[in-house]
Amino acid sequence: MRVVVIGAGITGAACARVLARAGYDVTVVERGAVAGGTSAMCEGNLLVSDKTPGPELDLAVDAAVRWPLVARELQDELGPGFPSIEFEPKGGLVVSTTAEGADPLRGFAASQRDVGIDAREIGADDALELEPHLNPEITAAVYYPQDAQVQPVAAVEALLASARRAGARVMTSTEVVGALRDATGRIAGVRTSRGDLHADLVVNAAGPWAGAVAGTLGVELPVLPRRGMVLVTTRMPHRVFRKVYDADYVGATQSGDADLQTSTVVESTAAGTVLIGSSRQRVGFDDRLDVEVIREIAMKSLRLFPFLEDMQVLRTYGGFRPYMPDHLPVIGEDPRLPNLYHVTGHEGAGIGLSVSSAELLLAQVMDTESPLDPAPFAIDRPTLAPHLQEVAS
Amino acid sequence: MTDVLVVGAGPAGLAAAAAARRRGAMVRVIDSAERTGGQYWRHLPESRPSGRESVLHHQWGAYQSLRQALESDSGCTIDTETQVWAIERRADGSLRVNLAYGDVDGTRVTETVVPDRLVLATGAHDRALPVPGWTLPGVFTAGAAQAMAKGERIAVGDRVVVAGSGPFLFPVTASLGQAGARVVGVFEASRPSRMARHWLARPWELMGASHKVSELAGYVAHHLRGRVPYRTGFGVVEIHGTDRVEAVTVARLDADWAPVPGTERRIACDAVCLGHGFTPRLELAVAAGCELTDERFVRVDGEQRTSVDGVFAAGEITAIGGVDLALAEGEIAGWVAAGGRSADASVRAARRARDRFARFAERIATAHPIGASWSTWLQDDTIVCRCEEVDAGTLARVAESTASVGLRSLKLTTRAGLGLCQGRICGRSVEQLLSGSSGCAAFADGATTDRRPIAAPLRIGDLARAPQSTETSPHHIP
Repeated sequence: MRVVVIGAGITGAACARVLARAGYDVTVVERGAVAGGTSAMCEGNLLVSDKTPGPELDLAVDAAVRWPLVARELQDELGPGFPSIEFEPKGGLVVSTTAEGADPLRGFAASQRDVGIDAREIGADDALELEPHLNPEITAAVYYPQDAQVQPVAAVEALLASARRAGARVMTSTEVVGALRDATGRIAGVRTSRGDLHADLVVNAAGPWAGAVAGTLGVELPVLPRRGMVLVTTRMPHRVFRKVYDADYVGATQSGDADLQTSTVVESTAAGTVLIGSSRQRVGFDDRLDVEVIREIAMKSLRLFPFLEDMQVLRTYGGFRPYMPDHLPVIGEDPRLPNLYHVTGHEGAGIGLSVSSAELLLAQVMDTESPLDPAPFAIDRPTLAPHLQEVAS
Repeated sequence: MTDVLVVGAGPAGLAAAAAARRRGAMVRVIDSAERTGGQYWRHLPESRPSGRESVLHHQWGAYQSLRQALESDSGCTIDTETQVWAIERRADGSLRVNLAYGDVDGTRVTETVVPDRLVLATGAHDRALPVPGWTLPGVFTAGAAQAMAKGERIAVGDRVVVAGSGPFLFPVTASLGQAGARVVGVFEASRPSRMARHWLARPWELMGASHKVSELAGYVAHHLRGRVPYRTGFGVVEIHGTDRVEAVTVARLDADWAPVPGTERRIACDAVCLGHGFTPRLELAVAAGCELTDERFVRVDGEQRTSVDGVFAAGEITAIGGVDLALAEGEIAGWVAAGGRSADASVRAARRARDRFARFAERIATAHPIGASWSTWLQDDTIVCRCEEVDAGTLARVAESTASVGLRSLKLTTRAGLGLCQGRICGRSVEQLLSGSSGCAAFADGATTDRRPIAAPLRIGDLARAPQSTETSPHHIP
């Protein structure tokens, strides 16, 4: 069975790996370079803490179990010469910095505990023990031991290297320009800027560009880009130990508002820099720098870590998060064009959710038991129906 | 009240400011250094005046008259120690220039300016190729050594070896001598045949640039007089020492700069100056959206206009051409930015000078290209990116194991170019090592090391505060 995977970001790489290891003849087609889009412009979050109980949190819990295993497998397979994916099960610390933010955070954590998430409400003293440089003025704190982090670009390269070892081919600088169809109208491969690729299955894993790819193949998919900016500091002595974020981050990730929203996420990287995120803004694929956005991120970061005041911002980058109108990824076959599968729409959670999304895809393709109920992620789910019509009309 | 904002107070920027004033525009000049003059006219502070500046600096008189005219002109503001830390392209097509002033290590004040016209004259960094041992104390870029000699009157060592390529090695050697160092050898990597072919071909083109030729001849005479050995087709291929530089190995280089085995020779010294040409400082032009040429300079037309409406470029960011070309380009850029035309009689002399010196610059560039095989003198543990301490072996190993063809991915998996200098020192070398000789065209992600949206590091506290003021040009220059 030949499979074409479109997109060499984290999702495409994770899908290519599981398919190739299951014996499929996989070709990854990428318009630019591997990890050249969203996966290179994010923070490498593997979070359960920011997700409301429901299918996305179920997927995140599955991913939280899978990532340590995948990280170990990749390390064993690729050896010490390969760049480390810097998997760090460092845990997350969510705090509220306002009086009115405390109760909603506690309530949110309680709702997560009800579905089995390890969400430990801790006092300010314990929070300061975990993060000695945290602003002591916090009003509530919840510790999430299941949160983790990877270096996303290295993770993509490692997943793809593993896929290649299992026989996958990777074609970079190759753009999909159309669909090949068989006599019954099913998809039978893709036309690319470098010629036709015949395949039994096609997987659209093009992230925020998956809508355009779907259009090229002949179907609509209402995935939209939502821009997120991140600041990178110069290297400094290790002073931020977990993924630390302001409780209003949850509000920003779950919101569909087009206006600028920022909420603070602060974390150290293995290289010694500190990443400060992030914003959510619907501005299409506009990648121009907007100082007001990064100013707001900087301002709010000081509420969590006052010591950042004297640290220097060295770089900034912005990525486009693939965003679905109903805030759930799409994972599965497109009934309108059989043999075409979409795996996209993870918004800011794609790094974490990639490995589990790939397993859901594999189970559908092989018709084996799925690790999770795939129905909530199906493209014909009720919450997406109005948006599909909207696009079609 | 600024009509024309000039970034860079070197020869091109000052010439642009003076011409824009002559045309009647209100002008503001900013520069990150403590004093105007740029790298080229770097000099002692006013508190330590020296009669020798005119000896040390070519065109010193031109600098003096530009500076005096601009400093005494109420229509021109000069802000030194001011950095452009970001340029934003706004939806209406205007540019917002974000400034930060004051001590880089302290709290700084920020300001935003939306100028009607912007002249970029940001100059170039001098480039040094990595060489085994080049991170030892006592190794300097040729530009840094010259800056210490000109700006501080400090010689970098007692016995100094100068190596690299291009005519810049001459003034560096001269400055070192004037600061009291003994230059024990100058090693030019280009071979004499190539230099003769391109320096001396079509000599009539150089007629107008005759003082350039005599400037070079002067340096050559200085070398002969001072008995400084000058060897072409040679390079420093290893630097030795434990705590600091003790010696270098020089070797004959072939036409592509690969060392010729068996020609190595050890020379004792206590300092090394490396200069392999220049890299234009492009981040602000890139941030403003200016198109670049295939050679990666800012593309300008005959009026020094970039591809972005209202943005002009002059000096080394349009081509490495030296002070005379920078002065001519700056004058045209400033004049046209302020509403003039390049055909105007007022800039006729500048136009002629530009054409003359542009040809000269082109010939120098052709005579001193970076050899494609320079990487053969690297060893696995030779540091390429100094900020992040990434060595040549790591670059090669990661590129091979990931098979990546994306510069962004390669940078993030090796960390090369991600440190404090943001690839200003190593960027072009990293690109060449990762892509072979074909340069950035080989990368599938279209990335280059020239893009730096944060053009200068900024304290988070300074970023978090609203700018002290926001100024928008009151006029629109037709």
